[in-house]
Amino acid sequence: MNFKKMAMTLAAGVMMAGSLLAQAQAQSLLVYTALEDDELPRYLALLKQSHPGIDVKIVRDSTGIVTAKLLAEKDNPQADVVWGTAATSLMLCDQAGMVEPYAPKGVDKVRAKMKDKNSVPHWVGIKAWMTGFCVNTIECKNLNLPIPSSFEDLLNPVYKHQLVMPNPASSGTGFLTVSAILQIKGEEAGWAYLDALDKNMARYTHSGSKPCKIAGTGELPIGLSFAYRGFMQKQKGEPVITVFPKEGSGWDVEANCLIKKADIKPDARTFLDWAISEPVMKAYAEVYPVTAYNVGAPIPDGFPGNPEAQLIENDFNWAAKNRMRILKEWTKRYDGKSDEK
Amino acid sequence: MDSRAGVMDGPGGGPGRILNQGLDQRLDQILGSEAAKRVLILLALVWLIVVVVLPLGTLLLKSLSDNQGNFVGLANFVAYFKSPSLSRSIGNSLVVAFATTAIAVPLGFAFSWCLTRTCMPAKWLFKSLALMPLFAPTLLNGIALIYLFGRKGLITTGFFGAIPGIKLPLYGSFGIIVSEVIYTFPQAMLILSIALAVTDARLYEAAASLGAGRVRTFFTVTLPGIKYGLVSAFFVCFILAFTDFGAPKVVGGNFNILATDIYKQVIGQQNFIMGAVVSMVLLIPTCMAFIIDRIIQQRQVAMIAAKSVPLVNKPDALRDNLALACCGLVVFSILAFYGTALYASLVKVWPYKLSLGLSHYRFTGMGGGGYAAFFNSMRMGLYSAVLGTAVTFFTAFLVEKVRVWDRCRHTVYFLSILPLALPGLVIGLAYIFFYNARGWDFFGMFVPNPFNFLYGTMAILVLSNIVHFYTMGFLTASTALKQMDIEFEHVSDAMGVPFYKTLFRITLPVSLPAVLEVASYYFVNSMATVSAVIFLYSADIPLASVAIANMDDAGDTASACAMSVLVVFTNIVVRLLFLLCTKKLKARTQAWKEG
Repeated sequence: MNFKKMAMTLAAGVMMAGSLLAQAQAQSLLVYTALEDDELPRYLALLKQSHPGIDVKIVRDSTGIVTAKLLAEKDNPQADVVWGTAATSLMLCDQAGMVEPYAPKGVDKVRAKMKDKNSVPHWVGIKAWMTGFCVNTIECKNLNLPIPSSFEDLLNPVYKHQLVMPNPASSGTGFLTVSAILQIKGEEAGWAYLDALDKNMARYTHSGSKPCKIAGTGELPIGLSFAYRGFMQKQKGEPVITVFPKEGSGWDVEANCLIKKADIKPDARTFLDWAISEPVMKAYAEVYPVTAYNVGAPIPDGFPGNPEAQLIENDFNWAAKNRMRILKEWTKRYDGKSDEK
Repeated sequence: MDSRAGVMDGPGGGPGRILNQGLDQRLDQILGSEAAKRVLILLALVWLIVVVVLPLGTLLLKSLSDNQGNFVGLANFVAYFKSPSLSRSIGNSLVVAFATTAIAVPLGFAFSWCLTRTCMPAKWLFKSLALMPLFAPTLLNGIALIYLFGRKGLITTGFFGAIPGIKLPLYGSFGIIVSEVIYTFPQAMLILSIALAVTDARLYEAAASLGAGRVRTFFTVTLPGIKYGLVSAFFVCFILAFTDFGAPKVVGGNFNILATDIYKQVIGQQNFIMGAVVSMVLLIPTCMAFIIDRIIQQRQVAMIAAKSVPLVNKPDALRDNLALACCGLVVFSILAFYGTALYASLVKVWPYKLSLGLSHYRFTGMGGGGYAAFFNSMRMGLYSAVLGTAVTFFTAFLVEKVRVWDRCRHTVYFLSILPLALPGLVIGLAYIFFYNARGWDFFGMFVPNPFNFLYGTMAILVLSNIVHFYTMGFLTASTALKQMDIEFEHVSDAMGVPFYKTLFRITLPVSLPAVLEVASYYFVNSMATVSAVIFLYSADIPLASVAIANMDDAGDTASACAMSVLVVFTNIVVRLLFLLCTKKLKARTQAWKEG
């Protein structure tokens, strides 16, 4: 091998290394979201149709993870916007001074209780999601278990080690359920209830959808999850029904906000306008009965006739203010049973 | 001087050719000089410092700092040991590691004994099939166990009610230990079969003529002969089981261990400092195991003398059939294990609709990135294979063949085998700290981080893989290089041929089988690993192994299983291609070795 050949080999190596480096991120809109993986493709297809110029990079994880990530990056925010993440979490980011108020186009149509009270709102909701029990009918029959219809029913000792629910520290669904129990029953009775419930709980999972999927496969007969998940698993052919607890369902608003940064991209505001626009709101309404404003869509199959009546009186401010304290207490009491992560 | 240099330059002629020749010669002089060799060794040292020492140092510093970056001494460690929910994991991890070692090493020994001390048929087939677990992400071991021993598993339900089922407490230490045994068994088997293969038949003859029975011979000849192999197997299994995180993540249940704690702290709570503390706690026993193994291995002296006679086994029907039965059972278990995973990935709705289909291989509406992730992993595997092989081979060449500047060379050697003791999660976390830093304050002076641009790119993923699997590549290359007489270098030096010409013309072609071995090792491991990359991947470069972890988290176990099956298939195909290439190569270029 002479100099030329060696130089060529070297150049090829350098080029290969260089092409690796060149794959550094291009200028795209970084969107953090906790929306379900199987919802995203439908919505993003709509975005591509109406805004082909916007290049979004989606980072999806469970609510608690998105929240922790946002707070950890407080001094050097990465995300441009947050989309479809629990309002109680966005309120925490707001308290940390990370949110840039923005009134997206059409915000006037949004129900008052589904957006921030400020005149230029800090966060704007898109839809509500609520607690639902995923119950595997075949397994319940096999194990001779009655189908529960309320939170109270779940304390029945026949369910010992048959229940699974999400860890509220990582899962938004877990948090809204725990927060609902504490609000319905009051703190003291609420924790007593959770202590009793813990005795029937086989495991706590990382994500809010996993309990429903575990119920779907029959690993455990009953999973505390959220309504949408139950219907989707049923569609896939799993023998699950969704039960709405008699006491009312815990719920939270999935909301959007703009992140305060030195250089806010114009696309970020366009994206937020789009995220509450009518076409995508109709897509939300196909699977969620309560959306930010009424688009006249029929209530999806399987939900109660008046889905809004199923929602408890939820004090978001209380939930957001006490979130850290509740999670700390919950972790202290029950975390031994959590999934990793 | 190499007079052919100019001639080989192709059809060009005339004055240009002469000029070129002159340039080549001058370059040879420069590159062949002592100084150039020193520069190269220095470069190797700098490279290892940047990819190993500095990231680890940063990790250590972080574990001694608070969130604001102030030095707090051991305060974080005190907090760690005061929190029983965290420090309990140390005991749990040790239990898992010791139990795994106690099962995997004897199992590996029995298997490799059958392969080397009996006349059972189809040994190569048994050996190849027993290596299956090396191709699988460890997450798959956990997933397959769910389909076997979960509530709706094949064994638990007795093949869906066909036969009486057996209930085992899957989630927790039981599930983790079974997964880790499957994961570490092939490693123990490989190490021990190499140790057993190297033996001197004269020892056995002597034992026989002294009247020693089988049992006595076993304890006085066989075992002492492989003691270094046993020690190695013990430590390798221990380190692997102690630091693995894939299987415990899936079937750990309430049983927290160190590896999953790191993950929980970093990803679940974004508590990077506590993640660093747990990493250091994980690193201490691992490094101790590594150092003890190194010290013991140094005492090893050559087992094979010039007069050694290779052992030829005599047929023995009873022994050979028993061996066949044992190996058959082990291989059958492994095949059944992965067969279950394959079956589960094809079943439509386990356990309710057992019809088969490819719906889980579609990955639509699923987290993790689907086929984009799969192809990214293949690309990452390819890049890691090419660059990793180049780097490890060249480092090994410098250490073995360029005999200048011993102290520096020995440091390069030590830093090249150190990554063996570094768990993937630790490398991943250390890389976040080091490469994501914008810069450092040195006594009030801000120095920007020149490597920051790597963060969030494919390059850092490849880099982490190169380092994670560095030692095996380096050692394989070293062994191959050691087999070549150093005289080649001496003669080249004496004749004024620059060392790099010897490298490209003689050393590299002769070592080609080892080079391919390293490349396929890099590819297979980069495809399957999840631990280092799970901290480093970015949203636009999803990876297959991370997708498996994320789909499992979301509860999409069947799709996670399907993605794992794809990874295993790819790895097996690559490995077969490698075997084919090596066979052809050996026939063509290595004929002289036989002669």
